[in-house]
Amino acid sequence: MPGLDALPLAASESNLLAARELMAFTLAFHIVLACLGVALPAMILSANWLGLKRDDADAMRLARRWSKAMGVTFAVGAVTGTVLSFEFGLLWPHFMARFGDAFGIAFAIEGLFFFTEAIFLAIYIYGWKRLGGWAHWWSGVPMVITGIGGAFSVVTANSWMNQPQGFALDAAGRVVETEPLKVIFNPAWHYEVPHMILAAYMVVGFLVASIYAVGMLRGRRDRLHRLGLLIPLTIACVVTPIQLFVGDTAAREVADHQPAKFAGMECIQESGERQTEYIGGICTSDGVKGSIPIPDLDSYLVGFSADTEVTGLADIPADERPPANTLLHLAFDAMVGIGTALLLLGIWFGFAWWRRREIPRTPWFLRAVAVSGAGAILALWFGWIVTEVGRQPWIVQGYMRTSEAVTDAKGIWFAFAGVLVLYAALGTGAILVLRAMSRRWRSEGEADEADVPYGPAEAPA
Amino acid sequence: MSHMAQRRPRHELPVRLLLIMPSKGAPEGWPVTRADVAAAILWTGATLYALFGGADFGAGLWDLIAGDAEAGERPRGLIQRSLTPVWEANHVWLIFILVVLWTAFPEAFGAIMSTLYVPLALAALGIVLRGAGFAFRKSVRRLSYRRAMGAVFALSSVLTPFFMGTVVGAIAAGNVPASGDGDAFTSWLQPLPLLSGALFVASGAYLAAIFLVVDAARVEDKEMEGYFSSRALVAGLVAGAIALFGLIALHSEAHYVYDRLIVEGLPLVIVSILCGFGVLALLLGRRRRGLRPLAAGAVIAVIWGWGVAQFPYLLPTSLKIGEAAAPGPTLDAVLIVFVVAAILVLPALGLLYWLSQRELLGE
Repeated sequence: MPGLDALPLAASESNLLAARELMAFTLAFHIVLACLGVALPAMILSANWLGLKRDDADAMRLARRWSKAMGVTFAVGAVTGTVLSFEFGLLWPHFMARFGDAFGIAFAIEGLFFFTEAIFLAIYIYGWKRLGGWAHWWSGVPMVITGIGGAFSVVTANSWMNQPQGFALDAAGRVVETEPLKVIFNPAWHYEVPHMILAAYMVVGFLVASIYAVGMLRGRRDRLHRLGLLIPLTIACVVTPIQLFVGDTAAREVADHQPAKFAGMECIQESGERQTEYIGGICTSDGVKGSIPIPDLDSYLVGFSADTEVTGLADIPADERPPANTLLHLAFDAMVGIGTALLLLGIWFGFAWWRRREIPRTPWFLRAVAVSGAGAILALWFGWIVTEVGRQPWIVQGYMRTSEAVTDAKGIWFAFAGVLVLYAALGTGAILVLRAMSRRWRSEGEADEADVPYGPAEAPA
Repeated sequence: MSHMAQRRPRHELPVRLLLIMPSKGAPEGWPVTRADVAAAILWTGATLYALFGGADFGAGLWDLIAGDAEAGERPRGLIQRSLTPVWEANHVWLIFILVVLWTAFPEAFGAIMSTLYVPLALAALGIVLRGAGFAFRKSVRRLSYRRAMGAVFALSSVLTPFFMGTVVGAIAAGNVPASGDGDAFTSWLQPLPLLSGALFVASGAYLAAIFLVVDAARVEDKEMEGYFSSRALVAGLVAGAIALFGLIALHSEAHYVYDRLIVEGLPLVIVSILCGFGVLALLLGRRRRGLRPLAAGAVIAVIWGWGVAQFPYLLPTSLKIGEAAAPGPTLDAVLIVFVVAAILVLPALGLLYWLSQRELLGE
């Protein structure tokens, strides 16, 4: 492989794989919690707003419970996010040393948003008892704004890695001049950022709705559960069609600007017009095995015409092709497939609501909602696999290889093993704590709201 | 993808203090560069983290040694009430430090991370355990779970600042080469870094005890006031003793820093000592007014004394602030972010502390 440094290859390649796996695992863990930080405040404030506006005790109780749950997920997300900032340096010191001054500023802005979110989250969560109703509601509004702002800043840093600009290098490859605004508003931000923010709203909406769908399937069909399903599901179902549109734009942009990634996603071997769209299947150098081929569709999707030329992997230098094409391809197809299924779920729900102002009666609807949360999380992970694995072998597209960025530190595999155990405990702990809270709420019934001064009086059950 | 062709020096452009001062306003040979301003921002973040994050860690130490469930109930209760609304915000300063370091001084960040990865990874582990332990403890009800979670929280509250202290000590001792990849173990397993770790733990405990004395006084809890008052005294004396040993280690391991500390840094050292004695006098005289500012002053003076002592080096004595600094526009952006933080975040933070101190926040 020309271009790779002549380090003892076995050691550095093993480090590279270990570091990539560790980064992928910790990112996958954190991104779910990050979604909750981005989108859960909007769900909570919606319920809180209904509660205040309509004097609705159930909506109020939902808002209060969700905010307590967010207290736990935000704390876990804060520590797993801190781990990621350490990992940037611990796993990729050469990347940060060389490009930290170019793209780091996006994280500084993210820090501002995160800081503000942490502050208002604390005020909101701990302000239920003694702040007045609407004052308390308004203290939560900054969480929604800062959640979106934080997502913008972090994802724009990632989109810079996909389409870097706004810096100049000297002969030694050192960054000698920067333009922070060009870094932040790089050519990929306008599709990556909305794609992720909408994904966060989908994940959280379907996830919260799925929890209440499970409760309803178990026979808890009170108003609290219906409302707990309706509020997040409505938000998620409104967002989903927009997401499919944004995702479609994103795929076309990737085809234009990162042809290697796109060819990997779509298993395109030879450049040319009239490319077949392969649904599923195994990618090999002589074609896709076991897929459903749709002639000309890929060219049509890229350029709205079967005559659109699409680059194939054969025209990409061997050492610049993304690894694991089948993984990329299947991850992309699965993401699109799940997104489409969620869109259909939304249409079903919307139709039933329009006709009868009621959730569809069949248990199959609740079953579908019950799995939609997990489905949305899977789609989120698959999307990040496409973005990150698809950019390989680059860490900064066209400028720095991931193999140049990785640390020479020993023992990354051991660290990975340790992190697996630690995060397993962390995830289990968080789920157990949330379940215990939910059981407590059920057994205490209305008692948990009794001491909220601005909460409406409870009607006896 | 734009390649701007011209090559310019990355650093040591005289600062015009941007919007504040017109370019002509800076006198010829004005000694402060943009890079120095960025370093000052970094140090400000470190100061705030040492004060608020440090006190959080210290509270964890007092939680750890508060005794069994019965004896420790009241101190632990006070600690939890004081900490709960603010601990997450307090720890964002760490993120701030990391981000400013990698943005404004990326080579120093890379060098530190590739050398001191062992204590840094252990500190990160401590952060995970601490945050999770604290958040889980107040969400579970069964005593055995609370005890287990509390132990995780409290133990990691001691280990995390210790390892962070070793990182700072290793940097001060000059054990982080500018090129990075220094020795993973001998860089921090030395008297000075280890003493620095101990000093971090002790001064956090000292700050926490002082803050808790004032918190207890506010809710008129005489017993807890006395409880943390005696602990503040002990912690203060221990921190002072470690600092003294640290000075000896500094003399033998970090000549450059030592030499500057006893000359240029001397006023700050004196301020720190005076603040320390002031706290001592207030504690013995059972006075609460001025306790927190003086205790904070003692810690602030030490941190800035360290900064002055290693100036103009970021990594003594291999990497100067000016050499490590990012290009000008990046430093300007860091400054802008800092100013925005001061305008937006600090008032919000003030609101949080104000609500918290007035007992308007609680579970």
